[in-house]
Amino acid sequence: MEKNAVSLRGKDILGLEDFSANEIRLVLETATEMKNIIHRDIKKVPTLRGKSIVTVFYEASTRTRTSFETAGKYLGADVVNITAGTSSITKGESLRDTLLTVEAMGFDAIVMRHKAEGAAAYAAKVVQHPVIINAGDGAHAHPSQGLLNLFTLQQHKGHLEGLKVAIIGDILHSRVARSDIWGMRKMGIEVHLAGPQTLLPRFLYQEPGIFVHDRVEDAIKDADAINVLRIQLERQKAGLFPSTREYARIFGLNDERLALAKKDVLILHPGPMNKGLEISPYVAYGDHSVIQEQVQNGVAVRMALLTLVLTGGKSIEAAN
Amino acid sequence: MKQLIKNGRVIDPANKIDKIADVLIDEGRIAAIGTNLTAEDAMLIDASGKVVTPGLIDMHVHFREPGQEAKEDFKSGTEAAAAGGYARVATMPNTKPVVDTAALVRGLQKQAEDTGLVHIEIIGALTKGQNGTELAEVGDMAAAGAVAFSDDGHYVQKAKVLLNGLDYLRTFGKIIINHDEETSLVEDGYMNEGHKSAMLGLKGRPTVAEDIAVARDIMLAEYADARVHVAHISSAHAVDIVRQAKKRGVKVTAEVTPQHLTLTEDCVDLTDSATKTNPPLRSQKDVDAMLAGLKDGTIDMIVTDHSPHAEEEKDVEYAYAPSGFPGLETAVGVLLTDLYHTQKADLPLLISKMTAEPARIFGLDAGTLTIGKPADLTILDPNQEWTVEEKNFYTKGTHSPFVGRRLTGKAVLTMVDGRIVMKDGKVIC
Repeated sequence: MEKNAVSLRGKDILGLEDFSANEIRLVLETATEMKNIIHRDIKKVPTLRGKSIVTVFYEASTRTRTSFETAGKYLGADVVNITAGTSSITKGESLRDTLLTVEAMGFDAIVMRHKAEGAAAYAAKVVQHPVIINAGDGAHAHPSQGLLNLFTLQQHKGHLEGLKVAIIGDILHSRVARSDIWGMRKMGIEVHLAGPQTLLPRFLYQEPGIFVHDRVEDAIKDADAINVLRIQLERQKAGLFPSTREYARIFGLNDERLALAKKDVLILHPGPMNKGLEISPYVAYGDHSVIQEQVQNGVAVRMALLTLVLTGGKSIEAAN
Repeated sequence: MKQLIKNGRVIDPANKIDKIADVLIDEGRIAAIGTNLTAEDAMLIDASGKVVTPGLIDMHVHFREPGQEAKEDFKSGTEAAAAGGYARVATMPNTKPVVDTAALVRGLQKQAEDTGLVHIEIIGALTKGQNGTELAEVGDMAAAGAVAFSDDGHYVQKAKVLLNGLDYLRTFGKIIINHDEETSLVEDGYMNEGHKSAMLGLKGRPTVAEDIAVARDIMLAEYADARVHVAHISSAHAVDIVRQAKKRGVKVTAEVTPQHLTLTEDCVDLTDSATKTNPPLRSQKDVDAMLAGLKDGTIDMIVTDHSPHAEEEKDVEYAYAPSGFPGLETAVGVLLTDLYHTQKADLPLLISKMTAEPARIFGLDAGTLTIGKPADLTILDPNQEWTVEEKNFYTKGTHSPFVGRRLTGKAVLTMVDGRIVMKDGKVIC
């Protein structure tokens, strides 16, 4: 790959629809190097020393926020966290004003999660200097999660092109599913979707490379990997499916359904899991599960993203 | 005082006039239309190469009085109307408080008289506080001069409430204007439901929500043998439902906006809430159906749904921005650019939908250049090129999806009761 031909320096990371296949490859390659740092005894490199990163989270999050914070700290950056509950956001400050305030403090990157679709793109329009990294905007996108899923697949399968991946569950409300769809298609992965029809958006069938199935079994058949999405309990209250019991029985991933996939199938889940609902505990902790590994890969991918957008990746050699 | 408008193409659809002629105005009334008119001591207005029409009428605007004057008020709203060529507008009642009593109607009429630059008709609420359950005092409001009734902004969810309204209003000869989007299907929806909304992860507002609402309202009007008017129609299927109903004699009429005639969901950009409106911008198939409906008479008139909001309200996350944008100052330019200059619609058709037709449907003594009538009149320059710029708006509203557009065609003079309230784009107070 011609590494010099692509650069993510200064690029806002809003969604994988904005990425070329080569840009995705650059992130995955850089993440491979970053993963080594996590395994070191001294997990601190000077790659981003003097850079400052702020995480602005308007929605609750454990792993994504911590993952970005950890990634920044391993790379030597200063990381500050703002969460909606403990900031001027509770005083009714607009997103624009919060962003301008943060920009005025000189941050180089803003990692933002927000429940409104398009909020990250809006933020990128508001601020001039800092790059925006979308850590989830409503049901639109979660690009770092999409990238860490690709990274996890690549680490296990050695390649991405030609793989068959099933995504099971609440596609309608899932930013992870959308980022998977964009990222996987760009890398030549066939994407098969299934879940209750009330949780599958109409019109997705128009996308090439995407296959929508009525039954979970059909999507899983011969899959190289299955990404099981989290089911939020309020969806049942909104009348989108009858009961958690029925969901688990008809759409949940259990051993029986797992047997339909390829022998070496990987099980992914973006977390947090509802064990016994969308995924049985045996599958979640079984031999095929790479769910814990996803978390570690998430740190590596976010280290790669931060390095690439803030430095262009020039210091990677030094870091090693 | 006399004014003589020379050599314009006079288009007066109500009187089936379309010819190069002069128009003489005397003491604020249309005095004569003919060729080679002369009048001593008359102020001369050269309209060569321009189009002289009855003062344009917009039966669907939101002027935000009372209660939300930061968005718009009668002064700024009617200045925007005058700038856009409109001599008469009708204000929707979704204000704070909702216009649901005769006292409020009278208060607004007084305010219109005191601060309005063009004629303002008041539309009253159909239900108290637009709550959708109890009829407002529509008889009282009709007696006070309310022009029509509407819960615009909200769908009248209960069929029985709408049926009561249709029955009850027959006594007063007034019609109901319905915002037709079935509530449960559009909740939390910000754009048309389609491929784009699916990929963006945005909840959609499907066309079927409009289709079933229009169908229900037509069924109820047919059953009650009453008149009903469909506000800002936007779905192809809904247009067809109206078309079939008209064929079997149902007393239904419909309006469409310039945006639903020209823009599609492809314009939606989540970093700018300018395109956020209800009903949402639809697909090209729907846009094509709007034009077909306008031409075959299924859609009776064009309205702007002028819905200004304050800058700080619109400059937020797309999901959190209020719906709607100002339209009075861009309507003529957009219609002439995208429909007339592209040969999709001719001038008499477009002008009829903004003059004679709204006057006929709502029983207004307006929308014509009939001799002896008050001189409400608009002069359009169909070939004037201009760029839509927010800084030139008279409305307080911002974030129009037409900002930045290069348009061909503009209103260059607006006259209300013989008084020139706008000339060459400048409002004259």
